[in-house]
Amino acid sequence: MVPLSYYLLLSGFLFACGVVGFLIKRNIITIFMSIELMLNGVNLSFVAFAAHWHALAGQVFVFFVMVVAAAEAAVGLAIIIAVYRTRETLNVDQVNLLKL
Amino acid sequence: MNPNLNLWLIPILPLAGAAINGFLGKRSSRRAVTTIALVFSGAAFAMALWVATRFSSLSLPYQEFFAHWIRSGSFTVDFAFYLDQLTLVMLLVVTGVGFLIHIYSVGYMWDDPSYYRFFSYLNLFMFFMLTLVLAGNYLVMFIGWEGVGLASYLLIGFWFTKDSAASAGKKAFIVNRIGDFGFLIALFLFIKHFGSLDFDRVFNSVAPLGAETAGAGLLTTIGILLMVGACGKSAQIPLYVWLPDAMEGPTPVSALIHAATMVTAGVYMVSRSHMIFERAPIALTVVAIIGTLTAFFAATIGIAQTDIKKVLAYSTVSQLGYMFIACGVGAFSAGIFHLMTHAFFKGLLFLAAGSVIHAVGGEQDMRKMGGLKSYIPWTFLTMGIATLAIAGIPPLAGFWSKDEILWKAYGVSPVYWALGVVTAFITSFYMFRLLFMTFFGDYRGAQVDAHGQVSHGHDAHGHGEPHESPMVMLVPLMILALLSLVGGLVGIGNRFEHFLAPVFVSAAGAADLGSTEAVQGGSHSTELLLMGVSVAVALLGWWLAYFLYYKRPELPQRIADALDGFYEMVVHKYYIDELYAAVFVKPLIDGSTRILWQGVDRNIIDAAVNDAGEGAEQVSDEVRHMQSGNIRSYAGWIAGGSAVIIAFMIWMWMEGR
Repeated sequence: MVPLSYYLLLSGFLFACGVVGFLIKRNIITIFMSIELMLNGVNLSFVAFAAHWHALAGQVFVFFVMVVAAAEAAVGLAIIIAVYRTRETLNVDQVNLLKL
Repeated sequence: MNPNLNLWLIPILPLAGAAINGFLGKRSSRRAVTTIALVFSGAAFAMALWVATRFSSLSLPYQEFFAHWIRSGSFTVDFAFYLDQLTLVMLLVVTGVGFLIHIYSVGYMWDDPSYYRFFSYLNLFMFFMLTLVLAGNYLVMFIGWEGVGLASYLLIGFWFTKDSAASAGKKAFIVNRIGDFGFLIALFLFIKHFGSLDFDRVFNSVAPLGAETAGAGLLTTIGILLMVGACGKSAQIPLYVWLPDAMEGPTPVSALIHAATMVTAGVYMVSRSHMIFERAPIALTVVAIIGTLTAFFAATIGIAQTDIKKVLAYSTVSQLGYMFIACGVGAFSAGIFHLMTHAFFKGLLFLAAGSVIHAVGGEQDMRKMGGLKSYIPWTFLTMGIATLAIAGIPPLAGFWSKDEILWKAYGVSPVYWALGVVTAFITSFYMFRLLFMTFFGDYRGAQVDAHGQVSHGHDAHGHGEPHESPMVMLVPLMILALLSLVGGLVGIGNRFEHFLAPVFVSAAGAADLGSTEAVQGGSHSTELLLMGVSVAVALLGWWLAYFLYYKRPELPQRIADALDGFYEMVVHKYYIDELYAAVFVKPLIDGSTRILWQGVDRNIIDAAVNDAGEGAEQVSDEVRHMQSGNIRSYAGWIAGGSAVIIAFMIWMWMEGR
C-alpha cells in the first residue's frame, strides 16, 4: 500500500509544475496545458483522499472537475483558434489590445 | 382666574414686521416698507396699552404658558411669559419709545439706500427686547438678551462699508459676550441649586433663605455673576467701552438701543432678580460701587468730548450708573423710575442730536456748530427741555427720579450720595455745555453745499443752510419732550414706588435694608435739604456752562491748557481703550496668531492633513506599478499570495502541535 503522503507530494508537484508553466510560458497552448496540469494535480489529491477515507465524494468530485475541464478546453481552444486567425500569433504578450 | 391676554402677540408683531420687510422689503417701495414697520411696531404699542387698561383686573403675576421647550428629568424650561408691574412699565417704555423712534427714523433714514434693512433690524430689535421683558424664566430672557445684542450688532454696523462702524459693531458684540459669560454661569448655578430657571420657582426657593451677612455664599456668587452680565449689556465699568463706539450706528439706533431700551436691560435684569440681591449684601455693595464709579467716571469723560453723540453716549453710561446705584442700595423701584424717565429724556436728546446732525449736513463735531437755535427752533426747544430734564431741574422728569435715587443712596451711605451729587453737577455742566456749544453763539460750521460735500459719513443730508427737520421727525421729539416734562410727576408722593411695590415687596424684609427704611421714615427735612442740594448743583452746573461756553468762550481752552496733562487724559477717556488693547486685545491677537494659527493650526492640524495626503500619494505612486496589465504578473501575485497564506497556515499548524 502506497502511503497517502506520496500521492499528496506528487499532487503538489504536479500543481507546482502547472503554476510555474502558467507563469513563465508565453505560448497560449502551453499555458492551457499548464492549467490542465494544475487541475489534474488537484484531481489526484481528491482521489487519494477518497481512497484513504473510503469516501466516494472525492471521486465524484473528480468527474465534475473533468467535465468542467473538458468544457473549458472546448471553449478555450475555439477562442485560441479565433485569436490565431485574426492575430496570427499564439504569444499572449502580443494579444494585448485591451491593455491601456 | 385671569383672562387670556395673548401676550405672545406683543413680541410676534414686530417679528412679523421684521420678516416681511427683511424678505420682501428690497423690492417694495419705501412707502410700503414704512407702512409695514410702523403698523407692526405701532400694533405692539397698542397691544401694550390694551394690556395696561386690563391690568387692574388681573391677579398678578399673570403668567402665560405656550409650550415646553426643554424637558430633562425633573428640569423643564418652558416658553412662558410673565407679567407684573415691572414688566408693564418696561413694556410700555419699550413699545412706546420704540414706536416714536420708528416714526422718527422714517424721516431720518429716508435717503438711505438700505431703508428696508434698517426697519427690518429695528423691528427685529423690538421683538427681542419684548421677549426679554416678557420672559417668564431666565432662559427665555436670555434669548431676548442675546437677540438684542445681535440686533445691536447689526444696527451699529448698519453702515458696514465704513470700517469704523463694522469694528464698533464687533466690539460691542464681543464685549457683551464677556458679560453674557457671567450671566450664563449664573443660570447654571440656578439650575444646579434650585433645579429651575422659572422666575417663580427660583424666587420661591430663594425666599426662605436668609441674607448672606456672614460672607460670600451662593447668592452672592449668583448676584455678582448676574451683575457681570448686566455690566456688559448696560455698559458699566469695566465693560462700558463698547457703548461710546456704538455711536457709529445711525442716530435713531443710538436713541432706541443705546440709550432708551437695550442698555437698560441690565437694570431690568438686576431688578427682576431683586430677591437674590436683597439676600446678598456683598453683591449689592458691588452693584452700588460699580454704579457709583461708572456714573462719576463716565460723567468726567463727557466733559471733554467734542462729538455731540459721544457726549450723550458717556452721559448714558453715567445715567445707567445712577440706575445701578439705585439697585445697589436696594431701591429697585427708584432705579426703574430713573430707567423710565431716562428713556424719555435720553431718547429725546439723541433724537434731537440726530435732528441737529441732520440740520448741519452730517457734522457731529460741536466745535463746528453753534448758533443753531435760530435755524432749528423746534429742535432747540425740545433738546432744551431734555437738557433741563437730565440736569435735574424741577419739575422735569430727571429731577424726580435722580433725586429719588440720591435720597435712597444717602440712606445707605453718604459716600454714594456725595459722588452722585458731584456726578449730577458734572452732568448738568456737560449737558449745558453741549447746549451752549450747539445752539448759542455764532455758527462755526462750513456752509454745506447742495450735495453735502463737507459732510462726514452717511448721516449726510447737506442742503445749504442748517435747516429744520421734517414734521415726521419733529412730532416724536415733541411727544418725548412732553413726556420729559411731565413724566416725573408719576413719582410724586411715591406713587410710582407704590405701583411697583408688589414686585419689590420683600425689599423691606431684607436685613440690610431695614436701615434705609428707618432713615427714610426719619426726617423729612433731610430729604428736602438733599433735594435742595441736588437742585443747587444742577443750577451751578448750568451757570458754569453758561459762564464758560457763552459768556467767556475763550476760557475753556485756557483752562484746558492750564490742566494740560489731566485734560489730555480726560480727552483720551483715561486711556482705557488703549489699556484694554494692550492688556487684553493685543496678547489675544498675538497669541492667536503665533500659537493658535501659525503653531497649532498650520503646523499641527494643516500639517497632519497635508502629510496624510502626500503620504497616500507616495505610497500609491509605488503600488501602482503592481497593476501592469500583464496577466501573468497578476497570476504570479496570486500564486505568491497563496504560497504565503499556505506557509502561514503550515506555520500555525506547527505552532499548534
